[in-house]
Amino acid sequence: MSLISVTNLSVRLGAATVLSAVDFTIDRGEIVTIVGPNGSGKSTFLRCLIGALAPSTGQISRAPGLRIGYVPQKLAIDPTLPLTVGRFLSLPRRRKPSDVAAALDQAGVPHLEPRQTADLSGGQFQRVLLARALLENPDILILDEATQGLDQAGSAAFYHQIEMVRRTYGCAVLMVSHELHVVMAASDRVVCLNGHVCCQGTPELVASAPEYRALFGTGTKGALALYRHEHNHSHEAEGCTDPSHSQAHSNAPAHIHRQDEGQNV
Amino acid sequence: MFDDFLLRALLAGFGVALAAAPIGCFVVWRRMAYFGDATAHAAILGVALSLAFGLPVFTGAVAVALLMALTVSSLSGRGYSMDTLLGVLAHSSLAFGLVAVSFLQDVRIDLMAYLFGDILAVTTGDLGVIWGGALGVVGLLVWRWQALLTTTLNPDLACASGLDPRREQLVLTLALALVVAVAIKVVGVLLIAALLLVPAAAARPFAATAELMALLAALVAMAAVAAGLGVSFYHDTPAGPSIVCAAAVLFAFSSLWRGVRNAA
Repeated sequence: MSLISVTNLSVRLGAATVLSAVDFTIDRGEIVTIVGPNGSGKSTFLRCLIGALAPSTGQISRAPGLRIGYVPQKLAIDPTLPLTVGRFLSLPRRRKPSDVAAALDQAGVPHLEPRQTADLSGGQFQRVLLARALLENPDILILDEATQGLDQAGSAAFYHQIEMVRRTYGCAVLMVSHELHVVMAASDRVVCLNGHVCCQGTPELVASAPEYRALFGTGTKGALALYRHEHNHSHEAEGCTDPSHSQAHSNAPAHIHRQDEGQNV
Repeated sequence: MFDDFLLRALLAGFGVALAAAPIGCFVVWRRMAYFGDATAHAAILGVALSLAFGLPVFTGAVAVALLMALTVSSLSGRGYSMDTLLGVLAHSSLAFGLVAVSFLQDVRIDLMAYLFGDILAVTTGDLGVIWGGALGVVGLLVWRWQALLTTTLNPDLACASGLDPRREQLVLTLALALVVAVAIKVVGVLLIAALLLVPAAAARPFAATAELMALLAALVAMAAVAAGLGVSFYHDTPAGPSIVCAAAVLFAFSSLWRGVRNAA
């Protein structure tokens, strides 16, 4: 059975209908990416899934005992609140120090326990959030624009980490992202959301769907161009002069890996 | 054994300090300074109603403070501009309270005692109410500590972990109303917010964890109570304001220390 299944979900916030008639399921081990323009209801949808927001109509059913690892879009911890990384990972459930250490290791930021959360860089903090989500031993990892505020190399490294985590934990991954070129390639399925589900399917299918093109454009500018270049040409393609193509190359795995190591030093 | 008025005052102050300090930390972390103010000011209306209907002051103060706190926290979820709204509620509830008190001509009440506290007149019965309320608040906080801290960090994070942020908000609201009600006798409605904020702010530079900050804030508040009462006794100054002054001086030292440390 599906981990989470949503039928005919609608959400009204005040006078505005943010989501209408959304059907959605995610299965064990699946990687699903939700794409959509600003204000398309992506975050609202995730907030419904984690139970932070009650739908106006429709139903959300979660598998019994479902464990959710949630990585929020941003977490502004007030500077008046002193908090070490180790303590943060022990909220709300107390964790064994060995478990905390293992989770930080998995997330690619070992030995950060004694540091104050306020002193972390954006990339480190995002990984600490990932470590906290992993401590739930999640069936599903939900990430809401988890790489906002990271540069391209940093976010590519972060998604690389997510893929490793999925291999280790076998959990499903549901993420929302603007960084289509990075994220879509790694997804089993892409859902294009704009108040309702415009289209969904494999990354290739969605990228060529007219609904998706209507939202993100078909020109050479924008993320779609990057994404399509990656898929329409092999990386060995000769004589490509499109500047956006070389941009796509900078996200190739070999480069990502170097960045990844550089960041962890 | 509590027949010495100074000893009773000290114990009353310690009780309030113990409960106010950790709540004060949450008020600081969640940026609810005005929220504390509004709740405290509303309590004077509760005092007036209690006196009019012959109820214990504590009961009326808790009820109205709780009502105000619930109103504010339910409005805060609906996208109102909180700064203005809280300002309006805080001051208008105080004004309504003062007007309500003025109707009670046949009841001889010393308004100043409720506005600025009357810690030197604490009775053994008051002590029971104060410590009962304070221990209730501390118990509530210890019980919900992990959940409260998670909710304070991020309500969505709490949701994903299976907590209900609204319930935790309610716990805090209830605790705040209780603290306000027990603190009236000690510092009065006008200075309760100070007793919440100042010790927590003074403790911040010395704390590496939230728990340590709450503990240090309680110690700062107790030190302020002792020092304030001392000054009040020897120099015949009003006790409640003296306690807040002492806390403010401790805050100033703490800030100086932080400045020196950061410069080094």
